[in-house]
Amino acid sequence: MSAHEHTETHEHGGPKVFAVTLAALLILTVITVYVASFDLGNINVVAAIAIATVKATLVALIFMHLRHDKPVNAVIAISGFLFLGLLLMFCLTDIMARNNPVPATLKVPVKAAAPAPAPVAEHH
Amino acid sequence: MSSPATAIDHTHHDPTLQHHFSTKEQQFDTSKIGMWLFLTTEILMFGGLFVGFGLMQGKFPEAFLQAHHHLDKSLGALNTIVLLVSSFTMVMAVWAASKSKQKQLITYLFITLVCAGIFLVVKYFEYSHKFHEGLLPGRFYHHAGDTVPGQFMFFSFYFMMTGLHGFHILGGMVVITWLLIRAMKGHFNANYYTPVDLVGLYWHLVDMIWIYLFPLLYLIQ
Repeated sequence: MSAHEHTETHEHGGPKVFAVTLAALLILTVITVYVASFDLGNINVVAAIAIATVKATLVALIFMHLRHDKPVNAVIAISGFLFLGLLLMFCLTDIMARNNPVPATLKVPVKAAAPAPAPVAEHH
Repeated sequence: MSSPATAIDHTHHDPTLQHHFSTKEQQFDTSKIGMWLFLTTEILMFGGLFVGFGLMQGKFPEAFLQAHHHLDKSLGALNTIVLLVSSFTMVMAVWAASKSKQKQLITYLFITLVCAGIFLVVKYFEYSHKFHEGLLPGRFYHHAGDTVPGQFMFFSFYFMMTGLHGFHILGGMVVITWLLIRAMKGHFNANYYTPVDLVGLYWHLVDMIWIYLFPLLYLIQ
């Protein structure tokens, strides 16, 4: 914050800030690809989403000017993600309360070469 | 403010200030709030697909893992870089417009448009490869030699998500072209550049969605 306080006008960032942000985004992309090359189990997904969220936050704060913008815009943006969280939460509680959620299209024959270990449900 | 000044304001008023707004700032802020509300509906539209993807991947991890090996990671990474660069040039276009830098505005808008084009060309090669191999959504899936069943589910999500995103890129190209034409006519300057700012917001959101799509579709383990 304090590093960029020298600008006397009410600036929404300048070319320098944007270039540094782009560099950070590109580095984070390289890191995502690098991390994905290791098999870390469940940590892979967590790391991928965490890095993507850092990147998205950088885009929102600097490229989309939310850092200096009127707070109402940030409130609107965050409300979108809150409702998305609500959607995810209720879908998860629903799906975890069921025994076997099978998409209807799974009846379509899939070339089953071998008795695969995939949890294809036995429907009746 | 003296009354003669307001009288002049009413007769020769700023053509970019619509009569139902008191000030330019109010007009700008109102437009921006409207844009953010629209972007929120976009987040929710894509959010539904992301939630569905997450649930199905959790239920059929082997099928999704096997299916994602058909995607070309390097092409996905290339498109990520292209979109990030285009986001940078877009924000630079907004900055140039806010500083009345006409030439830079046109240049940056043009580079953004070119990046969007590159993205779609890469996407075209990816899609045609998948069409060729029968890696298609739902009942159209007919890839030979699968050992893990249910991979069509991954491609249902893949085509829905990247397809919807692709249409957003296409729509972005249309509005950026419109901006480019208006910029060349000299419509934008420090006094008025709301359309550039709002299209910029849209373009960054499209970039942001790809930021999530790339690791989830191409890099899952």
